[in-house]
Amino acid sequence: MNRLFLAVFNRLTIGVPYLWLIIFFLVPFAIVFKISLSETAIQMPPYNPVFDGVDTAEKLKSLSIANYTFLTEDPLYYRSYLSSISTAGIATFLALLIGFPLAYGMARAPSTLRPTLLMLVILPFWTSFLIRVYAWIGILKPEGLLNQLLIGLNIIDTPLQIMNTYYAVYIGIVYSYLPFMVLPIYSALEKMDYSLIEAAQDLGCTPTKAFWKITFPLAMPGIIAGCFLVFIPATGEFVIPDLLGGSSTLMIGKTLWNEFFSNRDWPVSSAVAVILLMLLVIPIMLFQNAQAKAQEAGK
Amino acid sequence: MNTSWSRFNVSSVIFGFAFLYLPILLLVIFSFNESKLVTVWGGFSTKWYASLFKNQGLMDAAWVTIRVALLSATMATVLGTLGALALTRYTRFRGRILFSGMIYAPLVMPEVITGLSLLLLFVAVGFDRGFWTVTLAHTTLTMCFVAVVVQSRLITFDRSLEEAAMDLGATPFKTFLYITLPVILPAVISGWMLAFTLSLDDLVIASFTSGPGATTLPMKIYSQVRLGVTPEINAVCTLMIAFVAVGVILTALLNRRREVQRVQDEQAALRG
Amino acid sequence: MKSLGNIRRSFAPWTDPAAKPYIAIENVTKVFGDFTAVDDLSLHIFQREFFALLGASGCGKSTLLRMLAGFENPTKGKISLDGQDMAGIPPYKRPVNMMFQSYALFPHMSVENNIAFGLKQDGMAKSEIDDRVQSMLKLVKLDTFGKRKPHQLSGGQRQRVALARSIAKRPKVLLLDEPLGALDKKLREETQFELMDLQMELGLTFVVVTHDQEDAMTMADRIAILDKGRVMQVATPADVYEAPNSRFVADFIGNVSTFEGKVEKSGGGKLEISANDGFAINADTNETYEKGSSIWFAIRPEKLKLSKKKPTQSGTNAMEGEIWDIAYLGDMTVFHVKLPGDKVIKISQMNASRAVDEPLGWDDKVWVSFAPDAGILLKG
Repeated sequence: MNRLFLAVFNRLTIGVPYLWLIIFFLVPFAIVFKISLSETAIQMPPYNPVFDGVDTAEKLKSLSIANYTFLTEDPLYYRSYLSSISTAGIATFLALLIGFPLAYGMARAPSTLRPTLLMLVILPFWTSFLIRVYAWIGILKPEGLLNQLLIGLNIIDTPLQIMNTYYAVYIGIVYSYLPFMVLPIYSALEKMDYSLIEAAQDLGCTPTKAFWKITFPLAMPGIIAGCFLVFIPATGEFVIPDLLGGSSTLMIGKTLWNEFFSNRDWPVSSAVAVILLMLLVIPIMLFQNAQAKAQEAGK
Repeated sequence: MNTSWSRFNVSSVIFGFAFLYLPILLLVIFSFNESKLVTVWGGFSTKWYASLFKNQGLMDAAWVTIRVALLSATMATVLGTLGALALTRYTRFRGRILFSGMIYAPLVMPEVITGLSLLLLFVAVGFDRGFWTVTLAHTTLTMCFVAVVVQSRLITFDRSLEEAAMDLGATPFKTFLYITLPVILPAVISGWMLAFTLSLDDLVIASFTSGPGATTLPMKIYSQVRLGVTPEINAVCTLMIAFVAVGVILTALLNRRREVQRVQDEQAALRG
Repeated sequence: MKSLGNIRRSFAPWTDPAAKPYIAIENVTKVFGDFTAVDDLSLHIFQREFFALLGASGCGKSTLLRMLAGFENPTKGKISLDGQDMAGIPPYKRPVNMMFQSYALFPHMSVENNIAFGLKQDGMAKSEIDDRVQSMLKLVKLDTFGKRKPHQLSGGQRQRVALARSIAKRPKVLLLDEPLGALDKKLREETQFELMDLQMELGLTFVVVTHDQEDAMTMADRIAILDKGRVMQVATPADVYEAPNSRFVADFIGNVSTFEGKVEKSGGGKLEISANDGFAINADTNETYEKGSSIWFAIRPEKLKLSKKKPTQSGTNAMEGEIWDIAYLGDMTVFHVKLPGDKVIKISQMNASRAVDEPLGWDDKVWVSFAPDAGILLKG
């Protein structure tokens, strides 16, 4: 009796979340793919369904990659993809430049202070993402607070045009994703045994050399995790380029949104999503790999 | 690591935190602005808070958002905990790689993709968009975060506690209920809070999967930001920040208290 | 007739051919992937025995214990408790309890609730549970600690709670996994005797897993020495020390010096060996050996004597050497003596008096001597 219950319990533990994810994660992707192959139509929903059980063979022939070829014709799309990757890449690098010293400083702090510092880094993450991006609008506008400060201090005469440029997008991404960069690096550095540095110095390394030869390589798993956690979502980011970047910045997240909500062209949006996914599949798999390895090492 | 905090370290920490908190601070300050402008100070006033509570649209959206967050966080916590258990306890089952891939992927997947795909699912099955679609979508997104949090706790969980319980006569189910669950509860609660905040805050997925009558607060804020901002938005944001900040600080303080008490107890035990 | 060891044992059910073992492990094998942890192992453990499983890490002793508890199932073979086959019976249905190496105290429960946990699973009445818990606390001398939580206890106190919790249900068999591992030396010695007293008082069967020889020798009625999943020898501590059945066991327990050689003459209760490096050894033995066959002569350091002059008593074995190294340990001194042929052997002497007239020093020439019945003859 207990045996049966146990077997059922085991099945449920795996089965319930598994089923949920298949229905709400996997199946939707299949649908996106299917719709990317169908025709746009002025109706609700705005596409001609390809598979609805009737004349499947017929319909299969009418599967078209027309949407995909459309994407290759208009330079808007591939320029968006390229600019998304480069923007996310630059922003990830900047996040690393700011995040690493912050994580390092936190790891070297007195141990009584560290939990507080950790909480302070996590706190902005718990406040609204949208709010934080919105806050930057007020700072970066031509009549915003940054320009007011710089003009007031007589550093510049005319206001800097930061809003609606890629620089605003970089700042926005770095700001919003900074905790994702800091936390993995901090956790890797905190585990490091400081006596390794002392040993290196005892053997003749200057502090700088000891940093590059010992600290940096040991922090590398954290750095890699942090970079993935910033780069992958940033590539498809929508809110930041929309609010801070304006019309002069091209990012694929924005393009997808416009395609969907403004042009009401669901098949093309789906095709855009599929290609974005294909671009990100390799980084995502690398990330999964790194996660799995970290888990094994943790055991 | 050692506790030598050099000047470089201190200044990089200060700079980092200043970068993180300054925008929030400015936001809060300008919510008390007398004038209608968001960037020019016109004097101190709380009038925007007053008008906020009269803004029916915002209040409705806030109510929807809280209900969606509460429901989706709870469902996500159950599903995420089960998922974490499945990943850590059962090392071999069919489709394990797929399962673990599906758990980790939403962590990094751009939200426009998840949002679009879920919307197309709802349309394909004819599910009317509204409160329930947003809730289901949020549950799916946040359960993965819960799973990651609970999993990292389960990995360090001492299995011999469960073996001891079974050795003393408890069935596996009772062991889970009386031993495993109470010990991992702090992680499960953190997972819930994380899921709650993520839901509270989400714009993109809500925009794709929500429907008439179920506009969430972020959606409302976003649409107003595009039209033009008044400090009323600052006031809403400040309230949201305060709400979350109080929660997080309280939890941290409670944890600190427990930790300090625990260290005291251990030292007392050593003395006899 | 002489008996091995210098104490008399009255409790020895294993010598009685009619006695039925309480725990019968029959040809048990356990394989993990391509690693064999336990290899065709058989053991009989009798009721009220204090039985020790001794061996180095990886010898299979912990795996065997876990199979007794029910956390692992044998790949092959049978385990029976009190005549009942344990195959397929989960740990929560077995009449054994285990004391875990890490203690595994439930951190969210008080000491009282930890001890009461097993009793609650049996559905005991509340007042009975309370009584039993109080008597357990008294037994392990933690009367006033009932309401504390595990993190409020020292290491030694936690060990006692773990012990109390594991005997609260009065199991017929108690399994202990490295029970003294985390204790410091003084506490360890005290606890060794406490465990022995407890076991006798309650009349339980104890099966202890340990890698520490001293623990096993002090506490156990019988020791099973394991290596690579197999039993090398099962015997009382005295037999294991004074009559090991192989070079492995002789080497494993205590210190020993071994001479390899060939049989010269055998018979009439006596044996002559010509050892390598040119030593001649006379040994007493009732067995006969084939002339020219290989043999090993092993002798414990405390059975060897040192003297400046050559011993003259007939029949005594004697070799000359020089003192290579000295370890002064306070209660005894261990001399490392180098024999011709560069073989180094150990001799230990109790420092029975505080001062000596003629102390030995480094590089001194000395004679090592031993009686013909002082050593052990081994074939492999």
